[in-house]
Parts: sequence; structure tokens; C-alpha cells
Amino acid sequence: MANRQHGGGPEELLPAERPVRFLTDTGAAVRGRSRYPLPSPELLRRAYRAMVVGRRFDAQATALTKQGRLAVYPSSHGQEACQVGAVLALQDGDWFFPTYRESMALVTRGIEPTEVLALLRGDAHCGYDPHRHHVAPQCTPLATQTVHAAGLAYAERRKGSGRIALACVGDGATSEGDFHEALNFAAVFKAPVIFLVQNNQYAISVPLDRQTAAPSLAHKGVGYGIRSERVDGNDPVAVLAVLTAAAEHARSGHGPFLIEAHTYRLESHTNADDATRYRTDAEAEEWRRRDPIARLEAYLRRRGHLTDEDTAEAATAAEDFAARLRTAMNADPELAPLGMFDHVYDVPTPQLDEQRASLRSELEAEEALA
Amino acid sequence: MNEGLRKAMENDPKVLIMGEDVGKLGGVFRVTDGLQKDFGEARVIDTPLAESGIVGTAIGLALRGYRPVCEIQFDGFVFPAFNQITTQLAKMRMRSLGTLELPVVIRIPCGGGIGAVEHHSESPEAYFTHTGGLRVVACSNPSDAYTMIQQAIECPDPVIFFEPKRRYWDKAPVDRDLSKAVPFDRAVVARPGEDVTVLAYGPMVKTSLEAAQADENHSIEVVDVRSLNPLDEETILESVRRTGRCVVVHEAPVFNGYGAELAARITEKCFYHLEAPVLRVGGFSTPYPPSRLEDHYLPDLDRVLDAVDRTFAW
Repeated sequence: MANRQHGGGPEELLPAERPVRFLTDTGAAVRGRSRYPLPSPELLRRAYRAMVVGRRFDAQATALTKQGRLAVYPSSHGQEACQVGAVLALQDGDWFFPTYRESMALVTRGIEPTEVLALLRGDAHCGYDPHRHHVAPQCTPLATQTVHAAGLAYAERRKGSGRIALACVGDGATSEGDFHEALNFAAVFKAPVIFLVQNNQYAISVPLDRQTAAPSLAHKGVGYGIRSERVDGNDPVAVLAVLTAAAEHARSGHGPFLIEAHTYRLESHTNADDATRYRTDAEAEEWRRRDPIARLEAYLRRRGHLTDEDTAEAATAAEDFAARLRTAMNADPELAPLGMFDHVYDVPTPQLDEQRASLRSELEAEEALA
Repeated sequence: MNEGLRKAMENDPKVLIMGEDVGKLGGVFRVTDGLQKDFGEARVIDTPLAESGIVGTAIGLALRGYRPVCEIQFDGFVFPAFNQITTQLAKMRMRSLGTLELPVVIRIPCGGGIGAVEHHSESPEAYFTHTGGLRVVACSNPSDAYTMIQQAIECPDPVIFFEPKRRYWDKAPVDRDLSKAVPFDRAVVARPGEDVTVLAYGPMVKTSLEAAQADENHSIEVVDVRSLNPLDEETILESVRRTGRCVVVHEAPVFNGYGAELAARITEKCFYHLEAPVLRVGGFSTPYPPSRLEDHYLPDLDRVLDAVDRTFAW
């Protein structure tokens, strides 16, 4: 019996035979028309600037980790097109569900970098107000946030708000059960949600061929009745084109959309990882050649949409951003230890009150000794 | 249960029921019987068959102001959702410094005694009471079922709501005046007594009351703990200080069970009032046995009375 939820055949859901590309590796326009409209020059200029600032932020955060200012930092250097594209494809009222690797996306969303890094510095589990930015807390277990995004998007659909959700995951997380349950629930509930898989080829050290035997990660959407696409994740024009179409698909009531973006993290998984143990320099070099910023810059310059002044302005903005971050991160905020009891429940339980009193007397004793 | 859910849905349009077979069928125990007919498919939602997905999407719905009540079909099926419950549902409020509130209720029919097959008779409460951020409650009688489910749904915290499945068929008068109801985080003295306090919750309250009734030698006070986290120590400690003896009863295995927390707390806080150590009655440390053996596994009236006798023989 055919499923009434999905009228057409699976071919309507299938991703393109090759990842969608607008730019060659050197930033020339590829030949032929795409099924996706070309993003506006204005959007691409914004993306360029955000990627330049984002990359500088990422480098600064990595440096701060080496200086011991952050406990850990998972870099997204190399993935700038996805980090920035994911955010620029959304409207202010839409909801973003990040993983721990989305710090660059979060600063692109306009969240103070110190608030973004509070998690990785150990100040708070989430340093920003999720309601203010419509951004869920960064998620450290894999794929748990995808079901939340499906549920929230379903709520938006019920309300008829026209808002959508976008959840990021990596290639490794597509093996988690929650990823599959999220796709399934989202499809059945016709939830307006985009699942963006940044396939950066490795789940820490484990390569994609140990993660899946599927033809592509995008193909996983088809079994759930989800329109799916794969895109060159280092081609900012293609990333924005597909994400914009996906957002429109979700917003106009067609349900979820799955995107697999092929990209590469040029750094190790985190500062605690050593990528030389599982991949070669030659491979990284190959991806370095497909640098999303250089490609977009070449493309925009060739079309006359980007000048020397523009690139200089972006570079200065990036340096300013990094300098402000350095200063801000050199301050050591006082943390209130008793605050850990504040938000466990709406009102603390008698047992928590007892434990808080015990910690308070410890602190008072320490203070008396000091 | 059914009336309580109905009332909660009438009072607040944000209340949704989600789960497997909760719609047309009314749930395998018919707890949601007729609710989809009266409130529609948009509020009583038959979900795909995936517990993590049920709880995870409920979290997403709650983030946008809904109050989802998730039915887990049987106790033994809650484990696929364990990660969502303990790492997400429980922690979101603290993770977000109080900005994200998740008023989600997870209803779990629990316990044995109905001759069910494997995975249908479990008592997993201790897994959840161990996790900060969750409220864990168990109802033991029809009146509490009616009031406590409504209080749980109104509560701004996530609540794990245990329903002793063998008591679904119990009949008793229900006080419908919610304003007079005891708050659902308080224990109640189910039967006053003088010589020994028996602490029980969920299915074991009835068993303990029957034991108290049967004991001609001792005056047994039965306290229905009701809320496992938070714990109403005031009511419990007051009773034990008065009687000087205490027996804790639950279906779950004694070893590392919830009763260990009660016994330790009572020992610490009532040490000089105790005439005997706090004794525990509960299941064995085996997987739940095949149903034809469950009568040997489940604590019954005799095991409760035996423990009572032992506290007097100390």
C-alpha cells in the first residue's frame, strides 16, 4: 500500500548524483544551470565577511586553548561555508540547534563570543540565553538535539508561525539512533526542520566508510520520505543556494529537508586530538586547496562584487573581533559555587537545600581560614 | 488516571498526550481511552514507535510552550528513552541557567503482578531518582492517580510518573476537589499506627495496608511515600521518630534500590529514636522472573509482616 504521506516516488526525494556545486575549486563559476537559484550578491558578500571574521574567531579560540584560557576547543576551520551558511539561511525567529563544533555559527548568529565560549571555558553549560537568540544550548552528546529540533519545528507548524528549525550534526552522528528517530518523527509530523550534516569525513579518527555503507549520507533521508540533497560544503554559493531552498521547502509546509555537505575539518577534532595519527598531510592539503573563503573571494571579485576595500574591511573587522575576544577572555569572572543548586528545579528540593547549606558552610570555613 | 488526564486537557490547551497507541486504542491499558475522540488527533498524538523520539520531540514541543504527557507503554520499554530523559530532559533547566523550562510528564506503567512476559514488570524508579533535575512520583490508589497526574502536569519540572499497573483495576472513591489535595511532593500517612512505620510507594502501599490490617500484634503505621524525588522527609522522619521502628517496602530489587536511600537517611536522622535497624523488603537481584514464578519474587503481605516481626525481635 502506498503511503498517503508521500505522494510521489522516491526519485523526487533523491539527492543529486554529484554534490551540488556552483564554484570550481578555484572559484570559477561551473557551467550549466542548477535547479537551485543563485544567491544574491548581497547575501554572498555577507557570507564572505562572516567567514573571514569566523575563521579569525576560530583561530583565536584555538590560541586561547593553547594558552589554557579554554579547557577545550573543537575547531571548525575549513568548514566556514557551512558554519556561516547555516546561520545566514535562517531568519531571526527561526531556531538553530548546534553541536559543540558550531561556535563559529553562533558568533555569526550574533551571540557574544564570550557567551559562546562559556561552555568550553567551564563557566557554564550554556553561556547565552537560548530564547533571546533562538539558539538551543550547544549539544555534546551526538544527535540528541535532532529530536528536539523535530519537536520544536512540529510546535511551530502547529502554531502556524512560519518559523523553522535547523539542526546541525556531523557524519558520525548519523549513526546514532536519535538521528534516525528525528528524521522519522519530523517526516511523519511534517515538521519544518532542516537537518544539516557537515560530513567532514571523520568522526574524530573514524573515517566515513566505517560509519556507513550507504551510497551517501543524504540517501538516508529518502527512506524516511525526506527530500534530501548533497552539496559541496566548501562552496559557499552552493551551500547557501541549497540551504535557502531547504528553508523555503520547510517554511512552505513541505516538511523536513536533509542536506549532506561535504567538507573537511583542517584542525584536529579538538586540541586534545592528534589528527596525524589517522590522516595524511596530503589529504588535508587537497582540502586546503578548496578553501571556501578563497573560492568565494575569487568568484565575487571576478564578478565585481568585492573590492580591495571590502577585503581590507573584513580583515580589519576580523582582527578587531579577535582583539576584543582576547581582552574579554583575559578577565576571570567570579563564579558563585552555590549557583549550581539554583536551576536544578523550579524551586529547590529540601534535599538540595540541605546540600547547599553544607557547601555554604564549607565555603564559610574556607573564607575564615583565608 | 483517565479522568485526571481529561481534566488537565480541559484546563490547559497546551497539554498534549503523546505515545504509542494512545489514540484510537486508548493505550494498551486504556488509560487514554476516549481522549483522542474528544480532544482530536492534534492533542492526543499517536507517535512512531520509538521512545527516544517520543521524549526527544516532547522536549522540542515543551521548548515552545506545550506540556507534553508521554506514555511509555511498559516500564521495560523506557530504556531507549533513558538517554533523552537523563542527559536532556533532566539537565536542560540547569544547562540553560533556568531559561529553558521543560514541563514534560513521562507516564510509566510499572511493576509486576499481572502475569506479563519479560520486560513488562519492571520497577526502574531508582535509575531516575538518581538523576538530579527529575521529579519522580508514584501513585498508589485511584484518588491519587486522579490528583497527582494533574499536579504533575501543572508542575514546571519534568516528572517521571509511575503507575502501578496491577492497581489499574482498583476501585475507590475519588475526591475531585483538587484545591484540597495534598501537594504531590508530600508523603501521606495512609494508615496511622503506633509501633512501627512501614514506608511504601506505588503497588506496595496496598500490600502494606493489607499487612497492617492482618497484624494483630502490632499497630502498624503505613506511610505512602508518593514522591521519591524530592523526598518528604518531614512526614517520614516524624513517623519513624514516633514509632522507633521502620520497614521499607518496594518491588524493585533491595540491593542498591530506592529503599537504601530511605534507610540511610532515616538512620542518620533518627538514630537515637530507632529501636532496631531499618529493614528493607523488596525484589531479588535477579532479572524479573517468568510470570509463573513472580509470586515468589514479589514482596507480599507475609514478607512485610516477617520484616515487622524481625524489627521487634532485634
